[in-house]
Amino acid sequence: MAKTPKSSSRLEIAKTYKMYIGGKFPRTESGRVYNPSVNGKSIGNVCLASRKDLRNSIVAARSAQPGWAERSAFNRSQILYRIGEMLEGRSDQFSSELKDQGLSDAQARNEITQSIDRLIYYAGWCDKYQQVFSCVNPVASSHFNFSVLEPKGVVFAFASEASPLLGLVSLVAPIIAAGNSAVVLASESMPLSAITFSEVLNSSDVPGGVVNVLTGNAAELHEHAARHMDIDAIAFDRDDSKLWKNIQAFASENVKQVKKFDLDWMDPESENPYLISDFCEVKTTWHPIEQISSSGSGY
Amino acid sequence: MSETNSWELAAAPESTDHVKIESEYGLFIDGEFVESESDEKFDSINPATEKPLASLTEANPADVDRAVKAAQTAYSKTWSKMPGKERGKYIFRIARLIQERARELAVLETLDGGKPIRESRDIDIPLAAAHFFYHAGWADKLNYAFPNRNPKPLGVVGQVIPWNFPLLMAAWKIAPALAAGNTVVLKPAETTSLTAMKLAEIFQQAELPPGVVNFVTGHGAVGEALVNHKNVDKIAFTGSTAVGKQIQKSLAGTNKRLTLELGGKAANIVFEDATIDQAVEGIVDGIYFNQGHVCCAGSRLLVQESVHDQVIQKLKHRMNSLIVGDPLDKNTDVGAINSAKQLKTIESYIEIGKQEGADFYQPDSNVPEQGYWCRPSLFTQVAQSNRIAQEEIFGPVLTVQTFRTVAEVIKKANNTPYGLSAGVWTDKGSKIFNMTAQMKAGVVWANTFNKFDPVSPFGGYKESGLGREGGLHGLAAYLDIS
Repeated sequence: MAKTPKSSSRLEIAKTYKMYIGGKFPRTESGRVYNPSVNGKSIGNVCLASRKDLRNSIVAARSAQPGWAERSAFNRSQILYRIGEMLEGRSDQFSSELKDQGLSDAQARNEITQSIDRLIYYAGWCDKYQQVFSCVNPVASSHFNFSVLEPKGVVFAFASEASPLLGLVSLVAPIIAAGNSAVVLASESMPLSAITFSEVLNSSDVPGGVVNVLTGNAAELHEHAARHMDIDAIAFDRDDSKLWKNIQAFASENVKQVKKFDLDWMDPESENPYLISDFCEVKTTWHPIEQISSSGSGY
Repeated sequence: MSETNSWELAAAPESTDHVKIESEYGLFIDGEFVESESDEKFDSINPATEKPLASLTEANPADVDRAVKAAQTAYSKTWSKMPGKERGKYIFRIARLIQERARELAVLETLDGGKPIRESRDIDIPLAAAHFFYHAGWADKLNYAFPNRNPKPLGVVGQVIPWNFPLLMAAWKIAPALAAGNTVVLKPAETTSLTAMKLAEIFQQAELPPGVVNFVTGHGAVGEALVNHKNVDKIAFTGSTAVGKQIQKSLAGTNKRLTLELGGKAANIVFEDATIDQAVEGIVDGIYFNQGHVCCAGSRLLVQESVHDQVIQKLKHRMNSLIVGDPLDKNTDVGAINSAKQLKTIESYIEIGKQEGADFYQPDSNVPEQGYWCRPSLFTQVAQSNRIAQEEIFGPVLTVQTFRTVAEVIKKANNTPYGLSAGVWTDKGSKIFNMTAQMKAGVVWANTFNKFDPVSPFGGYKESGLGREGGLHGLAAYLDIS
């Protein structure tokens, strides 16, 4: 927040933190804000997302998803790399913002470097996971049969409360690496770096709507997300067994896939391609093989 | 019966002499057939004759608990400790015994479920054996399936299966569970439990350690008790989407894993550049195979407007040559509807379709007096919003819609909450790759339909389920790879 002006110094311009929906930075349609604070001191007026904001973000995510999935794997790879580049260039800004949110200097530095490295890690997976997880299946009949991964579609993520940047990046990167679009609810107590990260996304060739960031209250929004008929999967990285149980129950209304994460995102083991396959469907395709003069199946 | 069919083939019934059915079956718990703690029984009916075949035991919650305990003990004392190589050998043995007793199993499957003997003989039973054989080989190779994950079994698996492919569904469920090192409590469908009872005999013959697989027979309440048992670590369910949703909901707040294979309403898409005769065969296979009691049935035909009349004319001609009747007759194409209840459901949908204004067609072949029968049925002039085009009928009822462009047919095909399977018929390769990629469905058949194999992952997008069964991807559902 703006510091009290000293005489003869200029007045600092405080940043308005808005949300990120469909490649734009709107305020919540509800006009509501909340004031997360550190050591009793407010860190800003932050949008308190409403159900309508959530629904708007799903519309944006749904319309962006097919185009994102149709990008070549190489292109998605470069865009994830670009996010990492842009984040690297703005490390100082993120560092001071993370410290404003209560992190120590070392913690802030770790959050940033790990987040950059994580983006580079998943950038490298975009054009490789398909080769690791797909296969040709040697069926007994004369058919060519293969299985590939396809994105689930729209994934809603309740990002980590405690790890405001790395936690968010660690879920968003594998989700979009697979060709999904994402709607992320940022850490409620430390939302600022999520919004600034949206600015990074916005200047990294990520098409609008592929990642959408809401700020607000998980308890208020969880039912609306879990019951939304146009969300395909939910990632839940919060320590709240009551909300998690509700989400699991509501998700059954359209057989959403739900997955709870309780990984230590600082742990190098927490990055792996299985997080990409977690947000994928397996599609198996059959086609007959003509038998002219040879024996049966060729595979 | 065969005098009545249009091809006038001589009757060719399979003999039933070699199938020994006990008059009464208990529950299969801890390696033995045991009495229930209640003495409730119910009959398994032959849907082609409406006569009872055997009396089965209705398990109560105490029985389910006994079965789960047996599975827990077998898991901790025997099965999870056994080297994968040895586990695999038991599963190979089961596969071999199914092959050796294939004829007996095929006839029993047909007697109990009403499906044509040609299908139980050539599809259900060989595939069931193949599922055990395929998965047996995984038991000592799991580290190669999921590199860097150190896969571990989950514990006791509770499985609930439907009545459309009784032994095959049991094999789909049991084989990967055992290969991964889990133990099993399975509830067969109440109308088709007899081949599961035979499978229990096979487990005894294979000397499978007691408690590794347990069968609890009965109705929905038995499945509910199993799903909600606190010591079951994973649930695998195949059945209706409505029940699947209930199960997913009831598992909220527990740590149980879940896979669901639910309903479908597959689009079977015929383009004008398809080889029409082959496509018509595929349409028939797609919807009239197993009386249409197939979750991945091609129940929505989407045909390009320019070839609609030709396809429908050929399809009607082909429908007229389908032989409906005695499932034991080797010439029968369409057997008995599985139960009186299901026949009622199908008939009510036919009524709905007529009221919705679609044109109805059925060949006028005769069907036997006794038993539950539904002739192959066709609705043309169907609208996307019609209930018969939206809801799963699970019977031999096909709806037909037309389209002009690729964009239009993609929209129509995907306009459903289901996403289990789809079919595409065209001779153009680039169109096949576009269409198969655009279908929101877990299994896509191009220029073929309703093909299954143990190495081929099966399962649905959207409200058709969670997870896969079969192949490498199906194994993951039975392992902890986190």
